[in-house]
Amino acid sequence: MVLSATESPPATIPHRLSMKGITKRFPGVLANDNVSFDVRPGEVHALLGENGAGKTTLMNILYGIYQADSGSMSINGKPVQFRSPKDAMREGIGLVAQHFHLARRHSVAENIGLGLGGTHFFYPVRALETQIKTLGETYGLAVDPKAKVWQLSPGEQQRVEILKALIQGAKILILDEPTSVLTPQEAESLFAVLRRMRAEGEAVIFISHKLDEVMEIADRITVLRKGAVVTSMDKAEASPELLAQHMMGKAVAPLRPKTKPPVAKNVLELKNVSVKNKRGMNALKSVSFELHHGEILGVAGVAGNGQAELIEILTGLHQPNEGQIMLDGKDITSLNAKGLFEAGVAHIPEDRNHMGVVPSMTVSENLVLRQYRYPPFVQMGLLNWAKVNSFAQSSIKDYQIATPSRDTLTRLLSGGNVQKVILARELSGEPRLVVAAHPTYGLDVSATALTHDLLLKQRERGAGVLLVSEDLDELLKLADRILVLFAGELMGVVDAATTSRETIGLLMVGRRAAA
Amino acid sequence: MSFLGYRLEPRAKPPGYVVFLYSFAAVLIALIITGFIFIAFGLNPFSAYATVIQKTLLSWRGFSQVLLKTVPLLLTGVGLVLAFRAQFWNIGAEGQILAGAAAAAGVALFMPLPPFLGIPAMFLAGFIAGGIWGFLPALLKVRLGVNEIITTLMMNYIMLYIVRWLINGPWKGKNVRGFSESDKFDASFVLPLFKGTRLNWPTLLIALLFVLFIFFLLARMKLGFEIRMMGESPEAAHYAGVNFLTTTILLVLLSAGAAGLAGVGEVAGIHKKLLEPTSISQGFGYTAIIVALLARGNPLATLATALLLGWVFASGDVMKVSLRLPDQMSGVINGLLLLCIIGIEPLLRYRIVRVNGAKLGEREASSGT
Repeated sequence: MVLSATESPPATIPHRLSMKGITKRFPGVLANDNVSFDVRPGEVHALLGENGAGKTTLMNILYGIYQADSGSMSINGKPVQFRSPKDAMREGIGLVAQHFHLARRHSVAENIGLGLGGTHFFYPVRALETQIKTLGETYGLAVDPKAKVWQLSPGEQQRVEILKALIQGAKILILDEPTSVLTPQEAESLFAVLRRMRAEGEAVIFISHKLDEVMEIADRITVLRKGAVVTSMDKAEASPELLAQHMMGKAVAPLRPKTKPPVAKNVLELKNVSVKNKRGMNALKSVSFELHHGEILGVAGVAGNGQAELIEILTGLHQPNEGQIMLDGKDITSLNAKGLFEAGVAHIPEDRNHMGVVPSMTVSENLVLRQYRYPPFVQMGLLNWAKVNSFAQSSIKDYQIATPSRDTLTRLLSGGNVQKVILARELSGEPRLVVAAHPTYGLDVSATALTHDLLLKQRERGAGVLLVSEDLDELLKLADRILVLFAGELMGVVDAATTSRETIGLLMVGRRAAA
Repeated sequence: MSFLGYRLEPRAKPPGYVVFLYSFAAVLIALIITGFIFIAFGLNPFSAYATVIQKTLLSWRGFSQVLLKTVPLLLTGVGLVLAFRAQFWNIGAEGQILAGAAAAAGVALFMPLPPFLGIPAMFLAGFIAGGIWGFLPALLKVRLGVNEIITTLMMNYIMLYIVRWLINGPWKGKNVRGFSESDKFDASFVLPLFKGTRLNWPTLLIALLFVLFIFFLLARMKLGFEIRMMGESPEAAHYAGVNFLTTTILLVLLSAGAAGLAGVGEVAGIHKKLLEPTSISQGFGYTAIIVALLARGNPLATLATALLLGWVFASGDVMKVSLRLPDQMSGVINGLLLLCIIGIEPLLRYRIVRVNGAKLGEREASSGT
């Protein structure tokens, strides 16, 4: 601690960057709400927050990709306004994006020379190669300038991105989730580079949702939640527990009346299920859990930790590589989407506009998107439109779907009404298991309330509900138990009534509770 | 954004009469441009058109020539409408027509059948052969993700050379001397014609029934619903549990089978023998793509679009014989038609609105309150 205090410069040094009162609104979302943020030279300032907290929007404003609705920015005390990333680069801002923007078939030097002013007309990269070498030695960013990018590991490609920013004259370097593609060893050498940059007087903005890393590398930490700054503190004052608490928020979820306890009988049981994703990596690692009748089991986790794969194997869109899935004691591991629908699994998909409905079809047609092949909607291969239409008419009434008519194209409906079409369709068959993926994401208050109400009704009816959500408030409000996934592993299952947001927060970032 | 006091305003969905009127206008513009080509050839465009119309539309004999070209375009075109609705880009209708023609010739030349079975057997064989020629690309697409545009296109050339090999090799007629063609079919394998014309009625009837069937399939049948889901949102179709393999194979069998039927009509109704592939089909498989695209996914609309392009084909023949214009005229008119119809596309999606300062201000004021 003493060491870090001497390393970090005193507060009197003028800010290299200062952002004041930044507000950015997207249709229906307040992405940044009066955010103020600054960086001093020779400092690593971490920006911490969950997905959707507004970190990336803030950095896109700083880099000139978006323009703020209100607020001001200054660099070295001079007010600036960026209309494009070009303006930002001119003022010495460099961005190392989460996904690299490199031409894979070209060499390191060629990639760095791309878009760089003042290079020679002939052999523009020759002079660069020496520059890359000297700069690489200064910061410990060793890369062969002649190597082709496709030959490099993700860690080396990241070094190229950092070198590119430095050669373009970056004095403020933004690293967006830089360790997400790195092995632990590569992450360690990245931190060594960042320490050297700090010693050279560079300013670094380090975006992350990983508490360990932030504690290791940052001098100061700013936490964002729901678009606003929650706190800004020096590392000396911070602890992982405190940061997790700030990230998740402290709001107490209102308790809902629990009329019936869950029945102690499994509707769903997973036994040691492992799944490889499309890139052949283990997305779920030997996950086992059970879900009771009349229970809502919440699934929490930072996006990309196996939730999508869990939903896919439970709805037949993907088959697990290992393990067994049982529905009411029957093995359903190898059933496809059609088979699982017939077995009584309802699926409320995350991407409601692409997967949940066919936008160019009518409301009637979308209401039978899964039932069309069963009587009474089909007889001897012929669709019975009279039956479809009367079903549509009653669904529109029961679920209060706001549509001009049942023959209106679904793409003309609002997001909430599209979700009502999906709910009406999926819940009409009295399913045994409801798999709901982010069911209220992007919905307004009334549609959210209706969705919550419908899920609770399914619980009362005795169905099992698996609710995957990134909204911790929603999980605490609805779920009986909450299961937390991290890096494809089941970190733990907690009782929603007795747990705390901090416990879940720590599980979400891969720390098992000490207690 | 305005231009000369007018600007474009997007519209949700053009009403039917707008689509019809604008399409009609596009055809008219293409024909007016063709008029200038007549002038360039030293012809009076009015008398040239009078000749063409008189010889194609005003006599039954002439109109039967139009129908003769319309039938293969209609069968193939409505099959393509089905495939395109499922986003299966079948560019292989030409090969599927030839496959149907070759299968019909095989039946006619080598199968000893009682006379009343000959014609049904040819149509059945032609449908299956066309279907098989579409099956392979369908399987490759669903199983291995191979682009069907490329495979169906290449399958055209394979069938073209198979037919050429047949008429020069094993199926070369014993009585044809130096020609590359098969022997003539027996009378029981020749389709009956309308009196005084070269137009056979069985293929015309099959084409009309097929159009009705495809319309019914898409509007009322379970398979049609699955085809539409697959074409309009593959992700939702996966989610709903549509079996892509069986659905794709069924629809391609129907689509390619229809082209096969057209091939049967050409060899058994017109030529009465298997001959040089470019004489069996004068590019009907490619022109049918235009028929299907102009029909905008509506199977019933192919009745009009196939007739239009059939008329262009027949007019080309009239221009060649009566007006002594080059062979390529029907291709030129085809191209102009396509260009004009694509050209009006923006007008279907946008309407032209006169910019009127006062009115615009009013609208803004009223929307503000």
